[in-house]
Amino acid sequence: MAGAIVRNFQVPRRQLGFLGSSLSGQQQRTFADAAPEGKKKGGPLADQDRIFTNLYGRHDWRLKGALKRGDWYKTKEIIEKGADWIINEIKISGLRGRGGAGFPSGMKWSFMNKPSDGRPKYLVINGDEGEPGTCKDREILRHDPHKLVEGCLIAGRAMGACAAYIYIRGEFYNEASNTQVAIAEAYQAGLIGKNACGSGYDFDIFVQRGAGAYICGEETALIESIEGKQGKPRLKPPFPADVGLFGCPTTVTNVETVAVSPTICRRGGAWFASFGRPRNHGTKLFNISGHVNNPCTVEEEMSIPLKELVERHAGGVIGGWDNLLGVIPGGSSTPVIPKSVCDTVLLDFDDLVRVQSSFGTAALIVMNKQTDIIKAITRLISFYKHESCGQCTPCREGISWMYKIMRRFVQGQAETHEIDMLWELTKQIELHTICALADGAAWPVQGLIRHFRPEIEARIKQRKAAISN
Amino acid sequence: MLRLPVIKLTAGLQNGRIPVARLHTTSSKLQQELVEVFIDDKPVQVPPGTTVLQAAAKVGVEIPRFCYHERLAVAGNCRMCLVEIEKQIKPVAACAMPVMKGWRVKTNSDLTRKAREGVMEFLLVNHPLDCPICDQGGECDLQDQSMAFGSDRSRFVDINYTGKRAVEDKDIGPLIKTIMTRCIHCTRCIRFASEVAGIDDLGTTGRGNDMQVGTYVEKMFLSELSGNIIDLCPVGALTSKPYAFVARPWETRRTDSIDVLDAVGSNIVISHRTNEVLRILPRVNEEINEEWLSDKARFSCDGLKRQRLITPMIKINGKLEAVEWEDALVATARAIQDIAPNKCAAIAGKLVDAEALVALKDLVNRLGGEVLATEQSFPKDGAGIDIRSSYVLNNTIAAVEEADVVLLIGTNPRYEAPLVNTRLRKGYIHGEQTIGVIGPNVDLTYDYEHLGQSADIVTQLRNGTHPFSNTLKSAKKPLIILGVDQLTRKDGAKILSETQLLAQALGENTKAPEEWKVLNILHTRASQVAALDVGYSSTVEEVKEQQPKVLFLLGADDANIKREDFPNTCIIYIGSHGDEGASIADVILPGAAYTEKVATYVNTEGRSQQTCAAITPPGMARPDWKIIRALSEICGVRLPYDDLAEVRSRLEEIAPHLVRYGAVESANYFAQALELSKQVPGSLSSNPLEVKQETLDQFFMTDAISRASQTMAKCVQAVIKQRESNL
Repeated sequence: MAGAIVRNFQVPRRQLGFLGSSLSGQQQRTFADAAPEGKKKGGPLADQDRIFTNLYGRHDWRLKGALKRGDWYKTKEIIEKGADWIINEIKISGLRGRGGAGFPSGMKWSFMNKPSDGRPKYLVINGDEGEPGTCKDREILRHDPHKLVEGCLIAGRAMGACAAYIYIRGEFYNEASNTQVAIAEAYQAGLIGKNACGSGYDFDIFVQRGAGAYICGEETALIESIEGKQGKPRLKPPFPADVGLFGCPTTVTNVETVAVSPTICRRGGAWFASFGRPRNHGTKLFNISGHVNNPCTVEEEMSIPLKELVERHAGGVIGGWDNLLGVIPGGSSTPVIPKSVCDTVLLDFDDLVRVQSSFGTAALIVMNKQTDIIKAITRLISFYKHESCGQCTPCREGISWMYKIMRRFVQGQAETHEIDMLWELTKQIELHTICALADGAAWPVQGLIRHFRPEIEARIKQRKAAISN
Repeated sequence: MLRLPVIKLTAGLQNGRIPVARLHTTSSKLQQELVEVFIDDKPVQVPPGTTVLQAAAKVGVEIPRFCYHERLAVAGNCRMCLVEIEKQIKPVAACAMPVMKGWRVKTNSDLTRKAREGVMEFLLVNHPLDCPICDQGGECDLQDQSMAFGSDRSRFVDINYTGKRAVEDKDIGPLIKTIMTRCIHCTRCIRFASEVAGIDDLGTTGRGNDMQVGTYVEKMFLSELSGNIIDLCPVGALTSKPYAFVARPWETRRTDSIDVLDAVGSNIVISHRTNEVLRILPRVNEEINEEWLSDKARFSCDGLKRQRLITPMIKINGKLEAVEWEDALVATARAIQDIAPNKCAAIAGKLVDAEALVALKDLVNRLGGEVLATEQSFPKDGAGIDIRSSYVLNNTIAAVEEADVVLLIGTNPRYEAPLVNTRLRKGYIHGEQTIGVIGPNVDLTYDYEHLGQSADIVTQLRNGTHPFSNTLKSAKKPLIILGVDQLTRKDGAKILSETQLLAQALGENTKAPEEWKVLNILHTRASQVAALDVGYSSTVEEVKEQQPKVLFLLGADDANIKREDFPNTCIIYIGSHGDEGASIADVILPGAAYTEKVATYVNTEGRSQQTCAAITPPGMARPDWKIIRALSEICGVRLPYDDLAEVRSRLEEIAPHLVRYGAVESANYFAQALELSKQVPGSLSSNPLEVKQETLDQFFMTDAISRASQTMAKCVQAVIKQRESNL
């Protein structure tokens, strides 16, 4: 769940009910149209600008192949430029966290770059990619692990961390195995470990496999899990940057964020910033699944129009664009957007917030008109119900209740006023818990009610009619 | 796992998993600048790091909560305490969030109220509607808060389709009844078990809606403090098994009193109805028991109803027969008549109050007797009982947690004084306390350095020949706790004197503040300190040597006092229970138990406290001092007090501190005691130091009341069964 759970920092304001609607007009201006001068949309990405050149595993993923693709090139020089240079370069690049929350990475890394109080610092890589629809990190872990290993070293240097823990989802056996091999190769080649790359900097990397809990993708639950406890999110503050893994300052970052950092450092932050609209820079791995002719993972420029992405890379919607019902744009926890929105929306953080959804992990779940949307959302809620850790009352009790209601909605076995009640319930759940899992469970339902309320009402009527006959 | 020294180093940590640590470690830093926050527009100045909830409490605004408990770590998971902060979109959990400068907290805004109502609704979604048959009814946080903060109508229509969650109940022992369907997963019990009781048996299994609080594997939750989780449970998930379906809280009357089953003197509330003690609950006293209570003190109250002596008895033809008071007193007086000087003696038992001790002392003295013994002997060599500092817990119970190095000599505080042990555990977890133990290697719920079992380690520590002596010497606040049982050994006086010498050496060595007392004696018997205070100085052995004509057993039920030892003695037993003492008596005069009399007790730290009479003594039983007073009149040596006030002024004559209730009378003359003890002859024996209570099953039945308690018997059985089960 390198997914939506991390989305603590930025809550799309539009989802704040009455507050959101009063703010919405203003936000439309601030987020999209009034953005600073720059690109208005992302275009197709040229091959020479791709960062992940072995995304499909057609080449050798091991050290030899990685070196051929340019990994580990002049890493020593990058490290020797120092923490401030690296952080500055990341800041220039405008890289935002790829795990879902989209927090500016340069700023996050700089939180760690303060004088040491004697405790070691740790970098934790979140490879617990559990968000339904998301499958970008696994491609990196199994086909380009050296990008990640090198990224760990560079990000670790930027933060002054002494070690990195790569937490890999339990189900990713081969991915963990490949990553482990890559780490071993890097150790043998002297790239990490004592005097990494000959830079005089010591850096260790450990792999920790999860045991299959989605919640362990939440950064503090992930830390608990590495510490050997039940994966239950911690209260914040203190934030991990103060008290994290084993009580030491820790930064938890997504696999993709770290894996792109060596290339940013080599090609320059300005190069990375040349992609995408302002504040949404860079390239991004998009996962397209669902009712498309050619489901795929592809690296594209940020701010690419949704329609263009689906048509160019995924072979279009099954039954044609007009057969599209809606798209879940950023992994299962983001609200669904209907076709009318999909026609024009750009895939980046700001534009998706504008349409009351979220960029999340950029995992598009495309649904065509043959989909039972109520059932589809119910299935997602079932997932969240199963994965809730059970600590907080609203999440533990609320999601099960929501699921019960949704199951009745699928049958139409409900009253119309219950739709409003369900909406109220989602409001009662979101923002009231320790972590953002509950928010991620509430939003799909909100998206459903916002855009597909007539469908639910129709089903209720249909059932009533069937009974009365 | 709980002890996270690294975390505690961080100054930035203002809350989180170890708030108790914060409360303790930062208490010295409270002088820092205060920050101003506004609670419902009322300004309040608080130290940085204060939580919103604490700040609100300061201005008298109570924020509802379920999982938060001031003596446990913050969990922050019930979400009942959500409050709105102005200019923040998310409501924050007041129990966990430290205040920031200038925050305007709104505890009664629409957002706050909606959040509470929502949480309340969620808690009730799966909570059974069995309040009418729930033992928590009337003292249920969920009930109370749903009335105050919940919605007035239900939206839960799914009950028509799917029903509520049901959870299998767990068998966690003979004391705690579990109805897990009622659980709201606040995890207070889990946190209590792992933080205070030191038992990691409780935890959660499963996730989300299937999360269950339990013991992981099917085992019993056996701790000497287990009853406290009943008080902590905000709902009826954990209730008292012996008290099940007994009474509603509004039917009972409550009497504040103190516990006498160990020498700690825990404060209690006795719940009673129609002259029957129904249950005993702890009462907050920060100086002694905080708000906890040991299981023996809490659950042995059914022993007050069994094995009671309800009528005077006389041995006629070798058989005890029930008689009237008059006959019993006359028969006793006849036995005492024309007694030769020094042929009268008394032995005082565990549960005896100061009034009875003084009355009996006066009576025996008037009859020409001088031998006044306690069941537990105390060495007379050296300072003996003349100087009080050598027989009380000088440093007070509350200060135990402040020590940085503690040396336990021949004591198992976990069972001898469970609430002193919680202080040690608190010091260990939150205060980086180092603990060394001389004595058997028992489980104290915290890690300690086991120095060995031999008494001469004390000497080695003083000489500096023992590796642990460096730790002791570098301590800023060293503390020695000596188990009183060791003083009954043949070399008891020598152990005491060696310990005094060590304590003195440490006291000089370190920069401990003036009022810090290194030497502490831990008693196990509620009556002992008062008995020593009023001058019961003899031992049972001396009584045996003396072979008195008349022997008073004042609640003395020690198995060491045997009929064979007193072939020609008339034994008069004054006490409440038909136990060992009554079985060898010629005359039995039924006394009152601690719940039935107003009486003075002095705890191990020398704090005088009084019990209150919740009920009247059963049958013809009477408060002990009244019996002695009546007897004295018939014997013709009338004691000069007719009511309690007069007895107490007699108490005051002997020892003024006995009637200064609630206050600790601190001991002094340490130097003189030391000088006297230097002259103690003899040497330390090579026998290892032993303690009487090593395992939990030895904890439950230690006196006449707990031996009469069925609940305690069940506990012993449960511990033995658990031990055999290998879990």
